[in-house]
Amino acid sequence: MSNETTIAGRANQNETIAEATYTQTAPQQPVFSQAERKAKYATWRGRIGLTVYLILLLMPIYWLINMSFKTNTEILSGLSFFPQDFTLENYAKIFGDATWYMGYVNSMIYVSMNMVISLIVALPAAYAFSRYKFVGDKHMFFWLLSNRMAPPAVFLLPFFQLYSSVGLFDTHIAVALAHCLFNVPLAVWILEGFMSGVPREIDETAYIDGYSFPKFFVKIFIPLIRSGIGVTAFFCFMFSWVELLLARTLTSVDAKPIGAIMTRTVSASGMDWGLLAAAGVLTIIPGILVVYFVRNHVAKGFALGRV
Amino acid sequence: MTKVENNKAWWLVMPVFLIVAFSAIIPLMTVVNYSVQDIFDPYTRYFVGTEWFKQVMTDSRLHDALIRQFIYSFTILAIEIPLGIAVALMMPTKGRGASLALILVAIPLLIPWNVVGTIWQIFGRADIGLFGAMMAELGINYNYASEPMHAWLTVVLMDVWHWTPLVALLCYSGLRAIPEVYYQAARIDKASRWAVFRYIQLPKLTNVLIIGVLLRFMDSFMIYTEPFVLTGGGPGTSTTFLSQSLVQQAIGQFDLGPAAAFSLVYFLIILLVCWVFYTTIMNMQKDK
Repeated sequence: MSNETTIAGRANQNETIAEATYTQTAPQQPVFSQAERKAKYATWRGRIGLTVYLILLLMPIYWLINMSFKTNTEILSGLSFFPQDFTLENYAKIFGDATWYMGYVNSMIYVSMNMVISLIVALPAAYAFSRYKFVGDKHMFFWLLSNRMAPPAVFLLPFFQLYSSVGLFDTHIAVALAHCLFNVPLAVWILEGFMSGVPREIDETAYIDGYSFPKFFVKIFIPLIRSGIGVTAFFCFMFSWVELLLARTLTSVDAKPIGAIMTRTVSASGMDWGLLAAAGVLTIIPGILVVYFVRNHVAKGFALGRV
Repeated sequence: MTKVENNKAWWLVMPVFLIVAFSAIIPLMTVVNYSVQDIFDPYTRYFVGTEWFKQVMTDSRLHDALIRQFIYSFTILAIEIPLGIAVALMMPTKGRGASLALILVAIPLLIPWNVVGTIWQIFGRADIGLFGAMMAELGINYNYASEPMHAWLTVVLMDVWHWTPLVALLCYSGLRAIPEVYYQAARIDKASRWAVFRYIQLPKLTNVLIIGVLLRFMDSFMIYTEPFVLTGGGPGTSTTFLSQSLVQQAIGQFDLGPAAAFSLVYFLIILLVCWVFYTTIMNMQKDK
């Protein structure tokens, strides 16, 4: 810390010196011209580097989109950057077949359920962690984190048996509950980070004004951490949406996620590449739509609310 | 922030505790239960003590998977961290460009993991994929389905493609937290670009980098879906990592006892790393 203050201090000092010399001497080149040119050059180099990186990043995705508009004969007959024989047939097949598009509906249902459950239970808990000390709070916090880090493969078989024995196998709620394993801890961690940024005085003032805890929480506190809740919801959505191992294991027909249905494109007559690509493209869209709303807070969420 | 001592706060934490306990403690106890028994069918089972653990500890297939796992995790860390920092440094800081860059960089993170596998499965094939075709054009007989080295290369490349954006985003938000005066000071001192990075930016990035390294380490440690879709663990067992050998054992061969013992060992390794992670973060906050 001391190190940083000296740098900052020196900055102010040097600025005054620089200003002094600048006013004394007659018209001349700005003092930092060379440095500025260098900086500009560095910015341009950065832009070019970033563009190259983004092109490499988007190329595999572009290839998938490109392929989803081609027929299988065209895909197998050679490479081309644009579909020669543009077709919407692959998408038509997905939207015209209930066993296909129900996969998206199923995924959406359990993802939304999970999002709601995670937020409802995590909000009060995060408040408790950010405001109070209680017996075992640190252990509890650590235990939650360890569940975020637990490999789903470890829980695969027990989950299957647990949900079968309580009669929840192949229901949306089973997948939603299973995803709570990693989403609830994540939600608590992110929300705690945001809530700690709200000063305690607000709580105390509200209590003095006669608010009861539930009323204060819903009417005052939740509006204050709106953006935090948005980011948390986004992350619950995202991690539930991208997960397949548990979702696939806990479902068979009625609640089967799109990721598991995609394997149907493999058949005896070979892969239906165009259909596979179209199904893949459709799974990317929801993520891109929601990330737009939280773009400025995404990084904080990934850092578990700790930037 | 000073916190008030109040044990009634437990009532607020209770719902979280119950729901996570249902998803975590009950299954974990089932695993513990299996790990010490030999199960023939639901009615015939014997207590075997630590036999499965001994078997797991000496199983060469698992040792290989563990070694592969470590090599894999360290390889991707060695690539993703420097690359992520570089990308973060190049990202624009203001205006429309900044938002656009943020969204574009974040895209790979939002793709379902099996689709990530599919994308690279297609992209890497010499007959229908751009990457595979390019390699073939360069005169390399590229085939990730039959050559172990190529399979490795593709899996690593896929992970770098998929997760470098996470490191980049973390570093980006870390860089945004540096006050402008620092850069002014550096300009006045005529500090070189490297000096600015080494003495101003890097120290400020330490915190986010710790989070990034540990998240990446742990998530790569439990990677399953992407290599499963891409290579299915093959050719042979060359890209079979821990999660995959566990799933093979538990679901494929239904060896409940050994699989459970393996799960526990696996879980303990994760728990150890996790504890280091937690302590680091907590100390980090104390320093602030």
